Amino acid sequence: MTNSAADLLAPVIDEDGAPFWEYAAQGQLRVQACASCGELRFPPRPCCPHCQSFRSTWRRMSGRGRIWSYVMPHPPLLPGYAEQAPYNAVVVELADAPHIRLVGNVVAAADAPLNSVAPERLGIGAPVRVAFTEAGGGVTVPRWLLGH
Amino acid sequence: MATLKDATAIAGIGQTAFAKHLPESEKTLACRAILAALDDAGLSPAEVDAFASYTMEETDEVEIAKSIGAGDATFFSRAGYGGGGSCATVAHLAAAIATGQASVGVAWRSRKRGSGPRPWKNTTAQLPTPGQWTRPFGLLRPADEIGMLTRRYMHEYGATRDHLFAVALACRNRANQNPAAVMYDRPLTRETYMTSRWISEPLCLYDNCLETDGALACVVVGAARARDCRHRPVYVHSVAQGLPAQHHGMVNYWNDDPLAGPAWTAARHLWKTADLGPQDVDVAQIYDAFTPLVPLSLEGYGFCGRGEGGPFTEAGALEIGGRLPLNTGGGGLSEAYVHGFNLINEGVKQLRGASTAQVPGASTCLVTAGEGVPTSALLLRS
Repeated sequence: MTNSAADLLAPVIDEDGAPFWEYAAQGQLRVQACASCGELRFPPRPCCPHCQSFRSTWRRMSGRGRIWSYVMPHPPLLPGYAEQAPYNAVVVELADAPHIRLVGNVVAAADAPLNSVAPERLGIGAPVRVAFTEAGGGVTVPRWLLGH
Repeated sequence: MATLKDATAIAGIGQTAFAKHLPESEKTLACRAILAALDDAGLSPAEVDAFASYTMEETDEVEIAKSIGAGDATFFSRAGYGGGGSCATVAHLAAAIATGQASVGVAWRSRKRGSGPRPWKNTTAQLPTPGQWTRPFGLLRPADEIGMLTRRYMHEYGATRDHLFAVALACRNRANQNPAAVMYDRPLTRETYMTSRWISEPLCLYDNCLETDGALACVVVGAARARDCRHRPVYVHSVAQGLPAQHHGMVNYWNDDPLAGPAWTAARHLWKTADLGPQDVDVAQIYDAFTPLVPLSLEGYGFCGRGEGGPFTEAGALEIGGRLPLNTGGGGLSEAYVHGFNLINEGVKQLRGASTAQVPGASTCLVTAGEGVPTSALLLRS
C-alpha cells in the first residue's frame, strides 16, 4: 500500500454493503442479486424492489465495463485527496449488466495513485477492467484499468 | 376531492442582509427574518400557530416560537433533503391551513454557510445513499456528484459550457440589478467564466453557487385572510414534492434514467393540480446550486423536451425580455445561497410587482427547490 492510498477515506460499511467488501478483499467483484426473481440490484438493500423477496445472493461479475461518466475534482478537497488532485473519479457501467454502475477511479496499476492516468486518455465509453487494491483503513477497494 | 388550489397565499416576506460573514447567530438571523415577514404581512407574532422548516436548518420551532413570542402552535413540520425541501415548507403550511390545522404559518431558513463549515467536510454524516459507494473514491462534494451527471448530460445531448455560462450570466445580470445581492457590483464576462478555475471538471467556479450567511422567511395564511393583509396576496396555486421511483439522491447513477431526476416527478403533480401549464409561466425561480440544474429543470418542468435544456438557454432566453426570465434576484449563483429560500421570496416580489428586475405584468411564477435530491415546487399566482 502506498502512503497516498493510506490517506484516503475508508468505506463506512453497513450491513447491506458488507458482503461487497468481503468479496472485494478476496479479489472478486460481486453484485447483490435477488435469490427469488434473479434481478441484480445496486446499491445493495434489504429486499428486492421487483418482487419484494428478502432472499438475496451475490453474483460474480466479469469485472469488465465502460466509463459512463467522470469528473476531475480540484481543491478544496479533504487532505488525502487534495494531495493527488486533480484526479479522476469515474462511474463504470458493467459489461455484464449495464444498469449496474460503480463509482471508482481509473489508475495505471492497481496500487497506483488516483492521478496516475493522463486525463486525455479518459473518455465516456472507454473500456475498463477491475483490479483490487488496499486503500484507506486497509480496506480492499476496486480500481479500474484502461483496456479490455 | 379537496384541493389546495389558491386556498392559501403568501402574505409576508422578510430577509436579513446577505454576506460572506454576518456577526449574528443563525437563531438571531432567523428571528429577524421571521419578524420582518410578519411585519410585512401586518400580522402579530402572537397569531403564529404553524411552523415549517427543512433539514440542514440549525434552528428549531421551539427556540424560534419562544423568541418571537408566537402563540400556541398546532402544526409544525420539517421536510428533508436540504435544498430539496425549500418549497415543501410552503406546501406543508398550505396543506395545514387549508385543512384547518392552523391559521398563520411561518416558513424560514437561516444559514451561516459563508462563515460556517462546509457540510461535505463532515465525513461521518449520513447521506441518503450510504457514502461507502462514492466517498472512498474521492467523490466528496455535491459539485463532484453533480459534475458526474453533468458530463454525461453534455455527452448525451450536446449541451456545452456556453449553455452553462448562459445560466451563470442571467443570474449575475439580475444580481447586478439587486442591491441586496452578494454579487451586486460584480459583472461576469464570458472570458472570466471560461478561464476560471475548475472545481470539479466539467464544473468551474462560476457553475457553483455562493456560500452565504443570511436568513429569510415567509408567512402563509388562508386566501381570505391574505386579502386583509398589507400587500396584494400571492396565491399558492399548486404545490408538489417529488421522490421518483428508484431515486438515489445526488448520486443518482443507479437509476435506469439518471438524468431524469425529481423535477420530473414534482412537475407531473404540480401541473396536474394546476389550471396552468409551463407555457403560462411569466417568470421562474429555478434552484441553481449548480448551473446544470437549470437546463435539467427546464426539461423536467416541461419548458422544453428531453435534451433541449441546453439550447433553450441560447439567445438571451433566460434574461429579462427572453422566453423565460429566471432567478430575477440573482439566485443561489449570484444573490445568496440560502438553500433556495431567496427564490421563494423573489417569486413573491415578482408577483407584487416589486422585484429589482421586474418582469412587466408578471402574474405567474414557478419556484423550484433543489433538483438532484428529493425536491419540491410551488406555482404562485397573483
